[in-house]
Amino acid sequence: MLPSQLKAENFRAYPPQARQLAQDHIALLQQLPESFVPLLLRELIAYDWKFPAERKDLDRQLTYLGSLSDQQRQQELAPFARLRLSSELERLNWVSAPGQYSEQLTAHLWATHQIDAFRDAATDYIHRIDAALPQQPPPLPRLGIAVIGAGVAENKYPLFRKLRPQGVYFTQVKPENGLSVLLDAVAARATAHPEPFGHWYIDGGTQENISCPAITCVSYNALAPARTALLNKMEKAIRSGIGGPEALRTMIYQLRPEELGLSDTPDSAVLNHFQVSVLTEGSGTQIFSTIFVQWAAREALRRAQPMTTLTRFAPRQRNRPMNELLSSGRPELALDPQGSLLDADMGAFYNWINQQRLPGAEQSGFLVWFEDHAEALAIAPSLPRGTQSENAVDLQQLLGQMT
Amino acid sequence: MTRAISWSRRDFLRAATGAGAASALLGPAPLRGLALPHGRKAIVVTFGGGARDEETFMPEGQENIPHLLTELIPQATFFTQVINRGILGHYVATASLATGVYEKFNNFAAVPPENPTVFEYFRRDLKRPATDTWVVAPSNGFNRIGESGSRSYGPGMGAGVILPKRLLAAALSSGGKTEYNHLLLDNYETPLYAPEVVGSEVGVHQLSELLKLSVAEFTSHARSLASPDELSVYVARELMRQLAPSLLWITLHDMDIAHSGAYSLYIEGIQRSDRLCAEIWRMIQSEPEYAGKTTMFILPDFGRDSDTDPGGNGFQHHRTGDAISRTTWMMVMGPGVRENVIVDRPVDSTDLVPTLGSMLGFSPRMAQGKPLAEVL
Repeated sequence: MLPSQLKAENFRAYPPQARQLAQDHIALLQQLPESFVPLLLRELIAYDWKFPAERKDLDRQLTYLGSLSDQQRQQELAPFARLRLSSELERLNWVSAPGQYSEQLTAHLWATHQIDAFRDAATDYIHRIDAALPQQPPPLPRLGIAVIGAGVAENKYPLFRKLRPQGVYFTQVKPENGLSVLLDAVAARATAHPEPFGHWYIDGGTQENISCPAITCVSYNALAPARTALLNKMEKAIRSGIGGPEALRTMIYQLRPEELGLSDTPDSAVLNHFQVSVLTEGSGTQIFSTIFVQWAAREALRRAQPMTTLTRFAPRQRNRPMNELLSSGRPELALDPQGSLLDADMGAFYNWINQQRLPGAEQSGFLVWFEDHAEALAIAPSLPRGTQSENAVDLQQLLGQMT
Repeated sequence: MTRAISWSRRDFLRAATGAGAASALLGPAPLRGLALPHGRKAIVVTFGGGARDEETFMPEGQENIPHLLTELIPQATFFTQVINRGILGHYVATASLATGVYEKFNNFAAVPPENPTVFEYFRRDLKRPATDTWVVAPSNGFNRIGESGSRSYGPGMGAGVILPKRLLAAALSSGGKTEYNHLLLDNYETPLYAPEVVGSEVGVHQLSELLKLSVAEFTSHARSLASPDELSVYVARELMRQLAPSLLWITLHDMDIAHSGAYSLYIEGIQRSDRLCAEIWRMIQSEPEYAGKTTMFILPDFGRDSDTDPGGNGFQHHRTGDAISRTTWMMVMGPGVRENVIVDRPVDSTDLVPTLGSMLGFSPRMAQGKPLAEVL
């Protein structure tokens, strides 16, 4: 099917809000290039389960494209229109399954050496939208907090090396009640600005008690049943001869919350679809809690654009060497706190990078603390860069210095 | 960007090793016209799972590659800018390295390369027997890499392929134990999935006969090793001792555990590869069949994504196709190869096969790359 042949009934199987949005913009969709419109539909088909910031962004794209004259739109999307597609791609049902189309388009672009042209086209497109309709900074400067190193008694690994040039390295932090202080700070921000999905707490272990309803909580341990269900489904599919890793991936991407034991009720659907996506689209998130936290934070920042993000990395399970696997039977669930500290140190760096991609980055703050220890690093407009402080300070005071 | 990568590597190497530039040494160099030593051999070591400069050649990564820096680079010609313009999947990219053509097949498909491999050129042109060229690879997906689907070459003309992990699993299963199937789950890009093996890789009993090594000895030794790459190097060593192949290709894969997102495990993989590369070089020097007549090539198949590309997730994957993920390096060492020399000009991944052809005396007719004059 060509985009020009799109009709309202083609979107019958879409969820209600997505269907309405597609039908409201069908005249625009009909005019978009064949290589582009499935990518837009891939976002649109999930509209019902998107965060407010994502919806706003999709609306922004549609507004921008709709504001262009036919000639401007053709010019704008010409790099996409120039991509050479295969007859197999053209035969795919990209309206009903834009996600699968997107996967196969990606493989085709790599195989035909067009991936770089596609990257450039996509980057330019986003830049032009940002220039035409700039995103607004949040009402409250963003604050990212990463708590790393749980379970590590002694450490010789030099922490925060990648972040030190950006802020102040504190070496005399008083750790008493540190986690409570940080959680209280998140709760205070959430209470003052209770936007939906505006404040997140992501824990790599078991979530601490949180009484503030404006905080979105995700934890690795709470999702244990869903992780087990997912791994069981994957193993079952492999045993049944699913036909290759790509077929397996397609099967996984299509899983819905209720298939992993999570509810799909209206009040939980958005978060549970997010949690399923973290487990199904994130590599390693089903197995290692450290990448679970980092990937969940990356996706939360990218998609929900929260004002506050507290991530707490917990020890992941140990990766057993081959000789140990061979010499003993069933795997034991030993933990690797020291390895997890390295993972988390890098994860905190990535959290900061991902936060800096969002509007208002120049006003944002970021704090990473070695849990129950005296080391922390703080980045904020009010703090100098690339410096070290030997002053004794508690986390409350440290947060105060960041504002 | 690739130029910047090259500069950072070059500057660091100069500072660390005192290496000189090839441009100062090239021209009518005295080594160039020397006759090839009799019975010349080549060993290619690739990393299936690139390592980024941040974790290797940049100052903060130096601690991870002490053997490359202090033992190997001082003896090597080092290419700072090897560009991979193909598909960044490990099997298809390694196949491209082996054919000298950017292969376009599905990375996850159990298919042979479309174009003739270096092993086929080598055997046909030089009339070498099947035992003279081998591939040792950890991943089941590599089982078709030994010979292409090319009509002019193809079946019966390629290299023997040994998949040590698969052999180990087979050996253990034959003893009544089936709980080692996890050994086959070695493709970190698609965890939990092990492709069906439909190629012609060597079986455990065949290997036992070839290497004069009992299945019990093989499994017993495997139990003392910490990783699949160590097992691959062990098998390579036995191959060198028993068959002394002239063209041996070893693909290391441990560092690709980066796909699991555990940074510390990725670093461990780099450190192990660093140690194993030095071990292979020492093996070459200690084996009479190899010492003094073997050229070793070490190169990652490609890099990994940069920290800052929004399309990726840093070290974890190689999905963006950005400059960091496409740009890697290569070191070459052995008789006639200049030591402690840096080559800054960009070269191509597909230049490897033509270089091997010029070095060993075969003609890779369908390869797209060009011989690297700096090491010939």
